[in-house]
Amino acid sequence: MNLLLFGITLLVAGGSAALLARRSSWLGAGSAVLGCAAGLIGAVRALAAGASESWRLAWEIPGGSFAVELDALSAFFLIPILGLSALAAIYGVGYLDSWRGKKALGPVWFFTNTLIASMAMVVIARNGLLFLVAWEVMALASFFLVGFEHEKPAVREAAWVYFVAGHFGTAFLIVFFLLLGREAGSLDFEGFDRVAPAMSAPLFLMALVGFGTKAGFMPLHVWLPDAHPAAPSHVSALMSGVMIKTGIYGLVRALTFLGAPPPWWGWTLIGVGLVSGVLGVLFALAQHDLKRLLAYHSVENIGIIALGAGVGVLGQAAGSPALAFFGWAGALLHVVNHALFKGLLFLGAGSVLHATGTREMDHLGGLLKRMPVTGVTFLIGAAAISGLPPLNGFVSEFLILLGAFSGACSKSASTAVPVLVTIGGLALISGLAAACFTKAFGVVFLGEPRGEHAHHAHEAGLAMRIPMVLLAAACFAVGLLAPAVLRFMAPAVKQVSGVDFAGSPSSRPAIAWGAAAFLTVVGGLALVRRRLLAGRTVGETVTWDCGYARPGPRMQYTSSSFAQPLTDLFATFLRTRRTQSPPSGYFPRNASYATETPDVCREGLFRNAFLGGAWVLGKLGWLQQGRVHLYVLYIALTLLALLMWSLR
Amino acid sequence: MRWGIQAALGMLLAPLLLGVITRTKAFFAGRCGAPLLQPYYDLAKLLGKGAVYSRTTSWVFRAGPVVGLAAMLMALAFMPAGGAVSPFAFAGDMLFVAGLLGLTRFFTILAALDTGSAFEGMGASREAQFSALAEPALLLGLAVLAKQSGELSLSGVMQGISASSWGVVGPELVLVSAALLIVFLTENARIPVDDPNTHLELTMIHEVMVLDHGGPDFAFILYGSAIKLWILGTLLVGLLVPVRTGNAWIDGGAFAGGMLALSVTTGVIESTMARLRLVRVPHLLVGAIALSTLALILVLR
Repeated sequence: MNLLLFGITLLVAGGSAALLARRSSWLGAGSAVLGCAAGLIGAVRALAAGASESWRLAWEIPGGSFAVELDALSAFFLIPILGLSALAAIYGVGYLDSWRGKKALGPVWFFTNTLIASMAMVVIARNGLLFLVAWEVMALASFFLVGFEHEKPAVREAAWVYFVAGHFGTAFLIVFFLLLGREAGSLDFEGFDRVAPAMSAPLFLMALVGFGTKAGFMPLHVWLPDAHPAAPSHVSALMSGVMIKTGIYGLVRALTFLGAPPPWWGWTLIGVGLVSGVLGVLFALAQHDLKRLLAYHSVENIGIIALGAGVGVLGQAAGSPALAFFGWAGALLHVVNHALFKGLLFLGAGSVLHATGTREMDHLGGLLKRMPVTGVTFLIGAAAISGLPPLNGFVSEFLILLGAFSGACSKSASTAVPVLVTIGGLALISGLAAACFTKAFGVVFLGEPRGEHAHHAHEAGLAMRIPMVLLAAACFAVGLLAPAVLRFMAPAVKQVSGVDFAGSPSSRPAIAWGAAAFLTVVGGLALVRRRLLAGRTVGETVTWDCGYARPGPRMQYTSSSFAQPLTDLFATFLRTRRTQSPPSGYFPRNASYATETPDVCREGLFRNAFLGGAWVLGKLGWLQQGRVHLYVLYIALTLLALLMWSLR
Repeated sequence: MRWGIQAALGMLLAPLLLGVITRTKAFFAGRCGAPLLQPYYDLAKLLGKGAVYSRTTSWVFRAGPVVGLAAMLMALAFMPAGGAVSPFAFAGDMLFVAGLLGLTRFFTILAALDTGSAFEGMGASREAQFSALAEPALLLGLAVLAKQSGELSLSGVMQGISASSWGVVGPELVLVSAALLIVFLTENARIPVDDPNTHLELTMIHEVMVLDHGGPDFAFILYGSAIKLWILGTLLVGLLVPVRTGNAWIDGGAFAGGMLALSVTTGVIESTMARLRLVRVPHLLVGAIALSTLALILVLR
């Protein structure tokens, strides 16, 4: 606890000092790394010990108290938050280097450090007001980071959308905490578990919307696909890898207040997870901007986490320990896994952007030869996010599916039907994710360069490569050491699910040795191949072109053409816009084809809602005269009305 | 021990299934056809060759066949063969096998994209589409079997399904078998989804993806796909020919007969059907998902 608070203090102090040192990154990044390391040691020790530590200071704000606690759940969320933040800070030093002298870097580090510190505060706060303050600081710090390149209109718009969406969610959270506080008599978390059963349903929905906006559940995800690409890449990695997980943390924490969950909470979470997961990955497939594609995959992975949480809640409601344990263990492990591989992928996308100056996948290609380290680590991240063995993504999806399979073996239909949806949904999601990441990796890193941008690409600097290599190694480590990881996180799973599955079942070590055995077989076969080819002629030539004499890089499949069969199949959801002028005549000259897939929820739902709101409020425009004495009259009238109401 | 012999036989006999299919097709076409052992001759020839690589390709192209074959050999370790229980079985190994199938596909697609060829990109794109739809059908089908047998490992499932299960939940098992047969044909690049024989790149899926591979790499790919045929065949035969007497000779014989019959059936399907138009293939796969879902609803009721 002390180490953690020291780390947070260091982060804030270093960030403030960085404001003064406007040019250099070292002060901000150094304090971020040291602060995160100190906090990380504290969190790991707390989770390993399994005991909780609390600390409280009086605070003069009414209802507020500076109450913090480090229990298993908080420690569990702190580990990915602080771990990824430290790596992102190292990466940021290299990434921001090209802006040195052009932009003031001090504020970036101030806001980055503030963001990290506020995320840590969110997960340890034990008072409603303190939580909301930390939540708001987190939203504001990330808002300013999204607006880093504020001279671009698209970036400004993305930042504003994020600002509005964030506060839409916060509005629900304020009501959520006020209602809880009214029930408990204090805004401290300690009393929150005394909620009357009648209130728990509205509180659950309030938490689902409020925290879901931050987490990015469909259709509340609208800010994500704009804000993540707009931010500098190490900030995108932080926002997507861990910041949106504070939404998941909030939801999980809220569930611990609200008592025994009824089955419909599980159904709701599974429904939300299915919609977010399937639509998230479909929209990702339709994108050709690399960072936007990754942003939609965050929606997909949040959906997978919600599916796992839904299975877990269902198990709690049905009194089935296996279901509750596997669901929650899968969901929580996926939180960490997503931080690892999505952090890695965003950093990789940042290196690509840094080296080529474009995020447009259809202008790239052949980068694996030019950027070998970025390429290999991106491939590992891509395989991990597709849920393939022997990497970490497979382990968490395996746990969720195992929970669902054991749920399918149960008798009651109220458990079995949602579980069926989970199995089918998760299978479809992982199939589509594999399609999307073969597309992303294949188009960006393989084949021949499709344009000038990719020809002159160069490998990223050392500060950028080290975090990527470490994250890729962590993806392997979690896959190969799955049983140890699960044992380590058992206190957190127990706190959420109420199930302690320390000893059983037998399949957990099995996937780890399966993964290790698989890697051994790969190594063995690679040796066989090498022996076979040794001493034989190994030639090089052009790709088989079917006799066509002039094959060129422009003839390669692009990201749009690769995804076209799938996007056509799901055109009902995607509403892709096409602008085309097909070749015509005997000697066709110009032809063009462009697709754009705007967000259906944003275009169809929120745009209309906000336009409607603007229209209604516009009708009240006559109230706003611009004359001060009229406004004073409004105030006097309001006070008079309030006085009469209180005297009534 | 018993399982070990049968797994070794699987590794040895898998290419024979391809020979049987080709022979059946030749019979229907009125030709005498290639020898039954032709796939072995092909493998031996390819393993003895050097290799030619495209200058466009990177190490991913060379890693594809190695990873693919390794994943298939690994998956074979979990398959219960002819009533024998795999010593490696664990709760959820069916998900691991499905994951390994996915990994093979992932690397095959990437190796195809690595050549920078439009044809191979086309095949890769189609493979990605069809396999994304085949995955739910497979997993939902496996969920039916898990529910029916109350077991979460493939070996347990196969032990739990016996001739008497067909009397109790016959209709459900018919539905699952149909869904798994569609998955079997899709995953193994068979008609009506894909044509393993055509020489027109535009109409192929799997064959076109491996167009640039040669020598030992191509041998790995061919052998890997033979093993894949064996693995998915084992699943289907275990379901359709549930002879579980406990006698190794009877069970093993019934299993071998089932595999032979499945190869002949595949040959018959290939000879009597035309390949579906590509836009119709998703309908078939969605049909398989629907069959699996229906079966699952029936066993859950």
